[in-house]
Amino acid sequence: MRRETIHAYLLLLPAIILLVAFTHWPAVATLIDSLYATPHGGRPPPFVGADNYQGLVDDPVFWQALVNNVWYAVATIPTSIVLALLMALAVNHALPGRAMLRMAYFLPTMLPMIAVANIWLFFYTPDYGLFDRIIALFGGGRHNWLGDTSTALPAMIVVAVWKEAGFFMIFYLAALQTMPTDLKEAAALEGSSRLNYFRRVTLPLLMPTTLFVLVNAVINAFRVIDHIIVMTRGGPDNATTLLLFYVYETGFRFWDTATAAAATVVLLTIMALAAAFQFGVLGRRVHYR
Amino acid sequence: MMVADHGPIGRYLETLGAWMLGILWMLPLLYALWSAFHPAAYATNFDPLAPLTLANFKAAWQAAPFTRYLINTVLLVTLILAAQFVLCTLAAFAFARLVFPGRDLLFAVVLLQLMVMPDVLLVGNYRTVVQLHLADTILAIALPYLGSAFGIFLLRQTFLTIPQPLDDAARLEGCGLLARLWRVYVPLAKPTYIAYGLVSVSYHWNNFLWPLVITNSVTTRPLTVGLAVFATTDQGIDWSIVTAATLMTSAPLLIAFLLFQRQFVQSFMRAGIR
Repeated sequence: MRRETIHAYLLLLPAIILLVAFTHWPAVATLIDSLYATPHGGRPPPFVGADNYQGLVDDPVFWQALVNNVWYAVATIPTSIVLALLMALAVNHALPGRAMLRMAYFLPTMLPMIAVANIWLFFYTPDYGLFDRIIALFGGGRHNWLGDTSTALPAMIVVAVWKEAGFFMIFYLAALQTMPTDLKEAAALEGSSRLNYFRRVTLPLLMPTTLFVLVNAVINAFRVIDHIIVMTRGGPDNATTLLLFYVYETGFRFWDTATAAAATVVLLTIMALAAAFQFGVLGRRVHYR
Repeated sequence: MMVADHGPIGRYLETLGAWMLGILWMLPLLYALWSAFHPAAYATNFDPLAPLTLANFKAAWQAAPFTRYLINTVLLVTLILAAQFVLCTLAAFAFARLVFPGRDLLFAVVLLQLMVMPDVLLVGNYRTVVQLHLADTILAIALPYLGSAFGIFLLRQTFLTIPQPLDDAARLEGCGLLARLWRVYVPLAKPTYIAYGLVSVSYHWNNFLWPLVITNSVTTRPLTVGLAVFATTDQGIDWSIVTAATLMTSAPLLIAFLLFQRQFVQSFMRAGIR
């Protein structure tokens, strides 16, 4: 072998070993595990084929987790992206207290999700929480936001949007600041209205950023469950159970690792499909510089 | 540039809207600050003359081993950052400047981690760590994140922009491969290291799920898990103490952010532009 080749492999070895051992191998191992029963004692677990997947299909809680997660993603992703864009547009031009405003938008991003959950838990408290106090001002009664199956998931969505929008704002802000100004002058000469300029020029130029943000938002919608664990534990009546929370519960509370493995495979498939869709379908329609 | 056209009224409306959103965004934090710095009796009673106190912070600090949690988090973050810097630098250099069979394939294998993050692979990684007899150690929390596709990618992009003649000059002076990496590439990539470092530190300071699964004792738990254990089991509904603990655990990172706001924001931007 050439010396350069040997050097390259030596340089890559430690990083690749760790990467494969904790990303690629567990993904493959999870797929294999999902075809076997949960091991008990020292005996090797028997091969059960698609039984674990059949178990998922027969489990109403799994279906609810799947449906919840889809709603959670559908509500969280567009809301946080639109808010992020509005925030970026707002702090991109001169307005009083711009630095302060940018900090206000971005601060939630720097907090651990677990701290965010604690703060919002307080916010949602019946009677004492700020929500109920504001409603009381208008003559409304107490409401158990996290204890009601119809408001618990929306409450989680609000928390996720609050935490995430400021983070995405940063990327839009970066893109807006590198936007060519001569386009704006040309549009002004042609008498194009600001709204028209935004729709025809700014928005298309922001498409690569939107794609990047979208990929991150989708991953986060399926990856982050810290607030669920602290605030609702998936309840009430599984109203806030998301897919990864389902994996966590079956794997580490009921120690049903075979079912958890099968659910993980479903989760990985969804994330892979989302990635393929975004890069394949959306990627072609995106304007690249 | 939002809804209104030109004109002073439109401008005022925009500013007003931006500020209303800003205040709405700050509200949860302001609420937490209020209850943490006031006696429990004033937790939800916004009397501007309410006495300020630090008693909640003292009570929280004494109610749980937060000192130990803080040490654990600092150790964890340092371990991850140091290992990531070394491993990613070596790998990024190989991808950027060396020619070898299978380079593109290996790079694709690395990039796969950007989509399939270790956070989702709890079950598989738990088993690996148990088989290595490392469960409930700080090293176990760090292991899945040491080989970072994100870091390799970011540094490779930076190394690619470094002019080849600089490398050649160092080579002519008799520098070996590692010496060139250390003297030419690493110093010129300093902004990328800062950016990646800030992103990595804030990610792992705040990380929760994997540490929750893999730790089981006071001597290994990071702040986030310690805070969750404290908030759910030890305290009933003493919100003043819980919010004090919450602010306390986030404070180091928040203060660092407020002091170096520009660097943080630019780092996140730099890390995001691919």
